Amino acid sequence: METFKLIMMSTLALVMIIAAIMAVSSKEMPLAILASGAISLLTSIFFLVLASPDVAMTEAAIGAGLTTFLFFIILRKTEQDSHENEK
Amino acid sequence: MKMKNSIALVLIVMFGIFLFHIYERYQTQTALNKTAAYYNSKAPAETGAANVVTSIVVTYRGLDTLGEVTVLFLTAMIVGYILRQRGKAKTPKNTTSEILITAANILIPGSIILGAYVFINGHLTPGGGFQGGAIIGTAIGLMILANPIGNIQKTALHYIESLSGFTYILIGLAGLILAGGFLDNRILPLGNLGELFSAGAIPIIYSLIGLKVGSELSSILASINETTNNTAKS
Repeated sequence: METFKLIMMSTLALVMIIAAIMAVSSKEMPLAILASGAISLLTSIFFLVLASPDVAMTEAAIGAGLTTFLFFIILRKTEQDSHENEK
Repeated sequence: MKMKNSIALVLIVMFGIFLFHIYERYQTQTALNKTAAYYNSKAPAETGAANVVTSIVVTYRGLDTLGEVTVLFLTAMIVGYILRQRGKAKTPKNTTSEILITAANILIPGSIILGAYVFINGHLTPGGGFQGGAIIGTAIGLMILANPIGNIQKTALHYIESLSGFTYILIGLAGLILAGGFLDNRILPLGNLGELFSAGAIPIIYSLIGLKVGSELSSILASINETTNNTAKS
């Protein structure tokens, strides 16, 4: 059981690092936003394993949910404005 | 550019050394410290809340929660002030894809109900006002993303926010008069542990916090969506 947990957590940590690299280096903006949301989601799984469900819920709701939507709304907003300025 | 990179590298290495020291000294605690032990043994009997974290956040450290809510209120107010709209913005066409609109129509009511569920059950299950409010804010964000030209009634949001904040303070003051102190939850009967109507005023306070946080985050998202880029043209 202990080894299974260790393997699972290491895999999650690896995926988190890959997502972090993707968020920084990706040329596609939506992909970078989704990657940073995925980091928050995986962090919330870590909090859940560390027996703090309240913090896990905060992380999932704010980090993965709200921030991702905020970034998408702003991304759309800035793209719209740059189109308007080009005209 | 090369200078910048080497500075960043040095900072990262220093941060790594710092973290390694923390990791090296880290020992898992085998017993709770004094405060935690007190909360863990006394909280269910004193506050009637099945979730100890909620009883700490709302009752023992209620003043801190009031401070957090105030900080969020100030943030929402400042964002609303900076992004305030002078004159009528011309409405662009709604170019959202049909898939997003359909998915949003299915997801939004469910998300809002989930948020309400989370803050109403804050004293029984993990989560509470802040988490529930954030889920409601996310639902409003999805609404904005699916229909950016739709009008969100910010006046209604401000009324909900002000009213719930005011009632929160009134409940706190009622605790000062009727029970042991400011934000004491024993102004109402504690009830049976684990029931929905238990833990005194905690469900009411957490519902008010949930409504307040949800409306604040929604109004922030709405003001960001409604703002137009005036600075670039002038």
